Amino acid sequence: MTTTTARTTTIFRRPRSETGFWSWITTVDHKKIGIMYGYTAFIFFVIGGVEALLLRIHLASAESTFLTAADYNGLFTTHAVTMIFLVVMPMSAAFMNYLLPLMIGARDVAFPRLNALSYWVFLFGGIFLYSGLIFSSVVPPLGVTPGVTGNLDPSDARSFFGLPDGGWFMYQPNAGPAFSPGRALDFAVLGLQILGIASLLSSVNFIVTFFNLRAKGMRLLRVPVFIWMTLVVAFLLLFSLPIIAIALFMVIFDRQFGTLFFDATAGGDPILWQHLFWLFGHPEVYILILPAMGIVSEIIPVFSRKPLFGYAAVVFAGAGIAFLGFGVWAHHMFASGISTVAQVGFGLTTVAIAIPTGVKIFNWMATLWLGRIRLATPMLFALGFLTMFTIGGLSGVTHAVVPSDWQQHDTYYIVAHFHYVLFGGSILGIFGGLYYWFPKFSGRMLDERLGKIHFWLWMLGFNMTFAPMHWLGLQGMIRRTWRYDPSLEFWNRIVSVGAFIIALGLLVFMWNFYRSKRRGPLAGMDPWDARTLEWSIPNPTPVFNFAEVPVVHGLDEFWHQKYGEDKDGRPVRKDDADSTLTRLQEIGTNPPNPVHLPSPSYFPILMAAGLPLIAYGIIFHLSLFGKALIVVGALLSLAALIGWGSEPLEEAHMEPAHA
Amino acid sequence: MTAASHEVSEHHDEHESTGVENRKLAMWAFLSSEFLFFGALITNYLLYSSRTFEQGPTPAEIYDIPFTSVSSFVLLMSSLTMVLAHNALSRGDQGATRTWLLATAMLGSVFLAGQVFEFTEFITVQGMTMQTNPAASAFFVLTGFHGTHVAIGVIMLLSLFGLSKRMGGLTDKRFLNLELVGLYWHFVDIIWIVIFTVVYLLTAVPGAGG
Repeated sequence: MTTTTARTTTIFRRPRSETGFWSWITTVDHKKIGIMYGYTAFIFFVIGGVEALLLRIHLASAESTFLTAADYNGLFTTHAVTMIFLVVMPMSAAFMNYLLPLMIGARDVAFPRLNALSYWVFLFGGIFLYSGLIFSSVVPPLGVTPGVTGNLDPSDARSFFGLPDGGWFMYQPNAGPAFSPGRALDFAVLGLQILGIASLLSSVNFIVTFFNLRAKGMRLLRVPVFIWMTLVVAFLLLFSLPIIAIALFMVIFDRQFGTLFFDATAGGDPILWQHLFWLFGHPEVYILILPAMGIVSEIIPVFSRKPLFGYAAVVFAGAGIAFLGFGVWAHHMFASGISTVAQVGFGLTTVAIAIPTGVKIFNWMATLWLGRIRLATPMLFALGFLTMFTIGGLSGVTHAVVPSDWQQHDTYYIVAHFHYVLFGGSILGIFGGLYYWFPKFSGRMLDERLGKIHFWLWMLGFNMTFAPMHWLGLQGMIRRTWRYDPSLEFWNRIVSVGAFIIALGLLVFMWNFYRSKRRGPLAGMDPWDARTLEWSIPNPTPVFNFAEVPVVHGLDEFWHQKYGEDKDGRPVRKDDADSTLTRLQEIGTNPPNPVHLPSPSYFPILMAAGLPLIAYGIIFHLSLFGKALIVVGALLSLAALIGWGSEPLEEAHMEPAHA
Repeated sequence: MTAASHEVSEHHDEHESTGVENRKLAMWAFLSSEFLFFGALITNYLLYSSRTFEQGPTPAEIYDIPFTSVSSFVLLMSSLTMVLAHNALSRGDQGATRTWLLATAMLGSVFLAGQVFEFTEFITVQGMTMQTNPAASAFFVLTGFHGTHVAIGVIMLLSLFGLSKRMGGLTDKRFLNLELVGLYWHFVDIIWIVIFTVVYLLTAVPGAGG
């Protein structure tokens, strides 16, 4: 082992910085990668939020001219793509990256450099997607000259942003070459393709980590629920991403290379796109919600001071949701003219998926029952999740009733439903997680008072924004139009005001975060009296995670180190609990044996940098410049791959070889 | 297997673990994803192969089944040589390993050459390009993606061959490399068996083609 590094010829000297800019660029530490995922996703959250505010300013009056029709289309498309692929997914990935090794008692994920590659591919994919702002152009559909043919006013067709305007679902042939010419949609399609690569790499990495790196004694049914949900999401990604990859390839071939997959005039089938898209798209909604369910399953037991009720049932319900999630996709297509048998079948599976979801909700409620509840901010967000997500889940069940769905299809009722599950569910869960694990990564506490203000502003703003959409939709307000009937103006104003209250709540959070990160009270060991392994080490987490790899004896291992039971089964703090914590703090900061960590590397970021170059090349492939870009991008990735392969994961240590 | 198992136990024997080496587990996970990738492509083709289009010809009308049978046979034989390479290495026979690796790469390249010939024939002689009709689009994109996978496999085989000459042969750590390339290669083969059966044999119009 000692001799191998001397012989490897690498292009660069191995990076060595442990702090500062280069330490972040070259890091392979899952904690730093998780933090980068978090900050990046947060920036996109602000961007997506501003897009939502622009839309709501426009919709505050029925005849608004604040945005042109083209820009309205671009903004609602980009808002959706951003919030789904650049906010909720990477925010979840931030928690998964940071917590997966910590909660299973490992020093890192199975493939640290692959993990870094996932992040950089994600970042470059996001930047690529938004770079369409600079390079793209929105061109009116073929055969439409604004002001001459079609009913489009020339001023409405004008676009300031030039954003992709086909909806996040990119229905074909509307988002195909004939009806969406110009380059805007190519940026969305190829951007999503790049983001898919990032998710695929992560999912493989997390699956291997879960199965192979658990600490001794951490049997499958001792793994924390959040980590189980990480595994379930990894499998969902693994099996749904290839399908959307194919669908997106077909679109890009149609748009760039003249294939006829979705060209209805040549016999192409638009319904095929819908099947492929939703066969990915419905598992995708569980990819968005399951991590938040995992987070809530960690928070509720801690702040109820009770073990999670029906732990195994919650785990199996999560897996059940994922399994059924592949069998419900056509409920997005009840209005697309699919057969009656298919409508009945998919209606039934959609009802069935409410069962495991209900199992989870009742288990969380049973955990609260007779618990000694502390209403700290993480718990408030978890309870917010529980209530708001349940409302969203119930309106979801109404879509399973086919005739009812025909009424609701493409109305604001749908918009209300999915914001209740995605904002009321995923986002509230994620922010609960941020409040809960903030001490873990920063070593300090967030301010509770500001946290509570944030929570109540969001509960107010959120319900003002999305509750009226239910009745607006049932009154017939159609989605995705930039004009609506003036009789609906009153509630639309309320909705727009609500959106700004949400923004205000976010500003409170940002201020709280900024201030607490610098001057918040130190968290010390175990600030929440928590149950799982990640809290058995000092805050912030030392670079090597566990000074000594833990041995696990049961579910909620850390809790049982602190608490025993009296004869009625009530938890009693052990006499030596405080000395246990002091001991853990001491060992945790001074590892008794030298710890070897994977060394930083330049190659993940270099390899990732090749991908957007290839994507630009495809968009501009008609020019020599485009062709050159494809070659340069491919060579860059290949060179990085060779460098990667010839560099060992760890620098050699002066120690006898094992094995 | 013996050479590899040292490597396996080196880091993680104190953990709860599947006992399958990390990289091999990762390859299995990746390949399970690839099955859906090709599943979607094959489904697309099957959907369009049963339809009629104004613009002809469709792939089913112009398949050259005898020719494709031969190239399929070549690809199948490459799986055999891959197994022989694996076998030779587990016996510790470096020379034979190199020979069989090279043979596998050669057979893969012959298959690719056959595909290039087939595409050229379809485009120039039969007048079917990927812009002719949706069935043709589906055919070219499906077989094109499979061909890309074969090409990547050939590159991996040649890299292994190159590595086997340097740094003391394919022992220890690199045994796993050979196993991983083998897994990938067999996967690409299995997919081709499905493509040849379902896409070529079952949809071909009898008596047509050249």
